[in-house]
Amino acid sequence: MALSLVVDALSLKKGYRHLINDLSFFVAPGECVALTGANGVGKTTLLRTLAGFIRPDGGRARYVDGVDPEESVAAQAHYLGHAEALSPGRLAGAELDFQRAFLGGTAAGQAEAIRRLNLSPLLELETRMLSAGQKRRLSCARLIMARRPVWLLDEPMSPLDTEHRAKLAELMQSHLSEGGLIVCAVHDPLPFEVRELRLMAPAMETVYG
Amino acid sequence: MIISWLANPERFSKVFAPVRPWVAGLSLVLFVWGLYLCFVSPEDYQQGDTVRIMYIHVPAAWMALFTYLVMGVASFFGLIFRHALADAAAKAAAPIGAVFTALALITGSLWGKPMWGTWWEWDGRMTSVLVLFLFYIGYIALHASIEDEQRAARSTAILALIGLINLPIIKFSVDWWNTLHQGASVFRPGGPTVAPAMLWPLLMMALAYKALFVWLWLIRIDTEILSRKYNGLRARLGFREGGA
Amino acid sequence: MTPSSSLALLRRDLGLSLARGGGPVLAAGFFLTLMAMVPLSLGPEAQTLSKIAPGLTWLCLALASLLSLERLFERDYEDGVFDLLRTGPLALEWVAFLKCLAQWLGTGLILSLMTPVVMILLGAPVGVAGWALVAALIGSFSFALIGGAGASLTLGSRKGGVLIALLVLPFYVPPVIFGAGLMQAFVTGAPVSQALSLLCAYGLFALALGPIAMGAALRSALN
Repeated sequence: MALSLVVDALSLKKGYRHLINDLSFFVAPGECVALTGANGVGKTTLLRTLAGFIRPDGGRARYVDGVDPEESVAAQAHYLGHAEALSPGRLAGAELDFQRAFLGGTAAGQAEAIRRLNLSPLLELETRMLSAGQKRRLSCARLIMARRPVWLLDEPMSPLDTEHRAKLAELMQSHLSEGGLIVCAVHDPLPFEVRELRLMAPAMETVYG
Repeated sequence: MIISWLANPERFSKVFAPVRPWVAGLSLVLFVWGLYLCFVSPEDYQQGDTVRIMYIHVPAAWMALFTYLVMGVASFFGLIFRHALADAAAKAAAPIGAVFTALALITGSLWGKPMWGTWWEWDGRMTSVLVLFLFYIGYIALHASIEDEQRAARSTAILALIGLINLPIIKFSVDWWNTLHQGASVFRPGGPTVAPAMLWPLLMMALAYKALFVWLWLIRIDTEILSRKYNGLRARLGFREGGA
Repeated sequence: MTPSSSLALLRRDLGLSLARGGGPVLAAGFFLTLMAMVPLSLGPEAQTLSKIAPGLTWLCLALASLLSLERLFERDYEDGVFDLLRTGPLALEWVAFLKCLAQWLGTGLILSLMTPVVMILLGAPVGVAGWALVAALIGSFSFALIGGAGASLTLGSRKGGVLIALLVLPFYVPPVIFGAGLMQAFVTGAPVSQALSLLCAYGLFALALGPIAMGAALRSALN
């Protein structure tokens, strides 16, 4: 469970221009890093790179096992983005079953997720009937259903109401206390101790090659 | 290495800007000379004057294949090494190749009427060249329909690489399907079977086409580089004004 | 863990493609409508129709296979489902293949089962039914894979549907030729083995290249 994240001289481009230049940082097990910065500065792109969706244009990001210096497999991370990964025509419960089976989660984990995120009233509804906050709660369920050491969250709090913000914060804290790590893009400060990584406006010059 | 040195698009523009007029001039000279040779070359004992269509048709067909090959190679480098210049080179070649292919199809049709008595015959060579034309059109349409430049470059590169399968089919179609279109007579094992008096004008025209291609290609690559630079500057401006 | 993940994905996608009868009914209806237009446009003489029945049926099959391609990846792309799929244990190539398979089970399989019927309705001899079915199964499956490659290339572009047709139809030419050739060979009493082996070769080609192309295209689209 104890993975740390090593980001080494990472460069990212958007189109043909620089977005992030020569970024290095380290996240230890049990640590939460809050990515902050203005819109368009590259928070989402950075998170997607950490999830392995984008090949960096320079440098690299890897997850290192405490014992084994070899980098471990990319499927160690959960990624929660702006899109909720729910098909509008399917029942919330069916989506949950699919996610659990696909990600290799356990039935006990699914029950726990339903309980902790208060999902049982939603299960019989088609996902298109759900509000933005309800959808987000459904998405958060996979964090609990399939345990993974790395959570990459893109503004996880924004659609949630006060009650469920507190619940998610609780989940995040218990994940950290179990030795997991979190990288989280935020605009509002999180209600617990985090390390802030502020992304600055990049040079934005056009680059080639 | 010289290639990686030139691979910087700005440097590429700077180095090749003064070369372009020379290539244009070379192409012009070759065309004048080649066309002159075409008209003084002897008539074919079977085909008479219509054989002169060959000097337009055959090099155009060669260029149709050659340009696609160029596109394929550039796409490969663009896809594997994610090179901006390679993307630009592939994109720049496509419309030129499409025009050469259309020219080959049209002149072939014009030649087919007096020779075979038909404008069009669904034989292997003609059908596969028509498919090549459709690939060019598909490539251009796909590029135009994806807004993100880099994504467009990658998607079209994959398409171009898949389409490479068509090239050997075109080349060997005349051998595989025994049809109306004649077999290879210049690039064949055992040397060309074309009479030297006809071979010279043909080769001269082929060189002229090639020079024309290089000239147009360089212009289009340069345009591509400039337009990207413009878009980059605009994005930077937008970020300053709208963002931080 | 992998087999159950694959199964879960296959089940979900099959459910989506069958949901509300949209996919299969639409494709089958389109197939039948095209077929019905043939005698109306060419005149109902049995002589003419029976001669062109195999070729036309294959053409209709190819066109009907195009219909469902646009929504193959588009829905999941827009809903962000691919972000979830990519954090799963399966390679993107395999995910794409499973999606094509589910799509084929939902529409291509039904179209294949209809192919012999359509061919016979248009006047082909009843004896072709067996070979027509075999050929249609292989052909429609390669249509699904090659079509999937086209769909993944146009992902997120404007005017997706027409563009897919433009990109994919040239690649549908060989199976149409081989499939119709197989029928022709059967009718004239020539051995069917040559056309059949060419059709199989094309199917294997689609099987090998399709997932690779889809994986690469999806990766570039899903940045």
